[in-house]
Amino acid sequence: MDAEITLHVDGRERTFTVDTRTTLLDALRDRLGNTSPKKGCDHGQCGACTVLVEGRRINSCLALAVAHDGATLTTAAGLADETDLHPMQRAFLDQDGFQCGYCTPGQICSAVGMLQEANAGHPSAVSTGDGPTGTPLNDEEIRERMSGNLCRCGAYVNIVAAINQAQQAAPQVRQES
Amino acid sequence: MKPFEFQRATDPSEAVATATADPGTRYLAGGTNLVDHLKLGITAPERLIDITRLPLDGIEELPDGGLRLGAMVRNSDLAAHPQVRSRYPVLSQALLSGASGQLRNAATTGGNLLQRTRCVYFQDVTTPCNKREPGSGCSALGGYTRYHAILGASEHCLAVNPSDMSVALAALDAHVTVLGTDGERSIPVTEFHRLPGDEPNRDTVLEHGDLITAVELPALPAGTRSAYRKVRDRASYAFALVSVAAVVDFEDDGGAGTSAGPPTFGTVRLALGGVAHKPWRATVAEEALRGAPATEENIRQALEAELAQAVPLHDNAFKIPMARNTATAVLRELATGSGTGTPTPENREQP
Repeated sequence: MDAEITLHVDGRERTFTVDTRTTLLDALRDRLGNTSPKKGCDHGQCGACTVLVEGRRINSCLALAVAHDGATLTTAAGLADETDLHPMQRAFLDQDGFQCGYCTPGQICSAVGMLQEANAGHPSAVSTGDGPTGTPLNDEEIRERMSGNLCRCGAYVNIVAAINQAQQAAPQVRQES
Repeated sequence: MKPFEFQRATDPSEAVATATADPGTRYLAGGTNLVDHLKLGITAPERLIDITRLPLDGIEELPDGGLRLGAMVRNSDLAAHPQVRSRYPVLSQALLSGASGQLRNAATTGGNLLQRTRCVYFQDVTTPCNKREPGSGCSALGGYTRYHAILGASEHCLAVNPSDMSVALAALDAHVTVLGTDGERSIPVTEFHRLPGDEPNRDTVLEHGDLITAVELPALPAGTRSAYRKVRDRASYAFALVSVAAVVDFEDDGGAGTSAGPPTFGTVRLALGGVAHKPWRATVAEEALRGAPATEENIRQALEAELAQAVPLHDNAFKIPMARNTATAVLRELATGSGTGTPTPENREQP
């Protein structure tokens, strides 16, 4: 069964018809031609499909497109402005935070969303005390908060270094929504 | 995936009426479990009713000092809520130990209560499973059982409930508010999930069409301490082998483990996760510890008594000492005042 939906993707409004079974990931990749989010496991276990919806990171493979009618999405392809890479993208390049690159768009979206959560005072399973938790996060916090993004190449050490660089360079990584 | 009709609910009662009248209807909330099951073919509804835009996403103080959590509050927002963190640390810790940041941003309070087992045989439609297909048999019997139950299982099903949140809610004696065609009712979380018996296809006591609208946390006496600890195969983003939620108070209040000796337990509420088809309230241990000095020996003996009823399977006998040791450590730390907040690097992840 079909439904007409509108998505605001990386600053562009797109209205189109989808089968109600279509995930947000498949809508982005197959219908809108945005192949930045990747299909890794397609079951919410690897994080390669991570995008920001209303500024919050989610697994786009476990979201139905029709349930997100009207939503504003940012993919890794939409993080940069016209002249500069996003500080997180720059940091992944500077720190060599990838090998094959397949998980990278998901890692970058997740990292951007993750730092916003930390800036908003959200705790993690390794946070101590019950006060607000801000940035900069230590390496243990970064690893725990990024545990939903797997990298089969094992580039984790440099991914942590990249996120560290990004949070130092821009303590308040700019809002994406 | 079978085609389905998609509808957006605008009113809870209307949604309940529509769903109750049609057995082919399922509610869609965060989708983190249901969408996966649609792909796997575990469920094939004819209609989904999206309930995420219903006005059920608030967290309010109750007149008696408790807290009412809307069913659509996202797991990440619930874990970060200042009142939850300060008054119910066991709940915040349980939520944060579950899933990943992305999944917690989507998953809801109501959906978490209803998430289904991760038993590999349940999730593999090519194998028999009484939970998925009543009467087809249980593939875990004689199969790989590292992740299965040691308490309350039946010959029909060895699966465990995967939720961390529900274990904390069981220890807190929370209630689930459910809207049915006859109006609202309140179900204790401890009675909300079922043991498998001969109907493992029923995870909970809900009837088709029932809609969870809220979870209510009771007010806790001053001096109550609570904590959650989870033991798993990797440091993060894995389901529990064993988890422990404890909510305790002390007769001699303050109970800081002075030089005079350990404090005396008042009420002990203890729930185990990863061991049964529902969050397992350790009532034998609770009873043994009420009014008892919080010594290592007393705590350990109480857990031994609780776990005397455990029936290990081929691959999971380790869960018995793991549950005993983890619960003992959590209670001991609560008694000495070292486990009242979020875990410290020293006491985290030690079975």
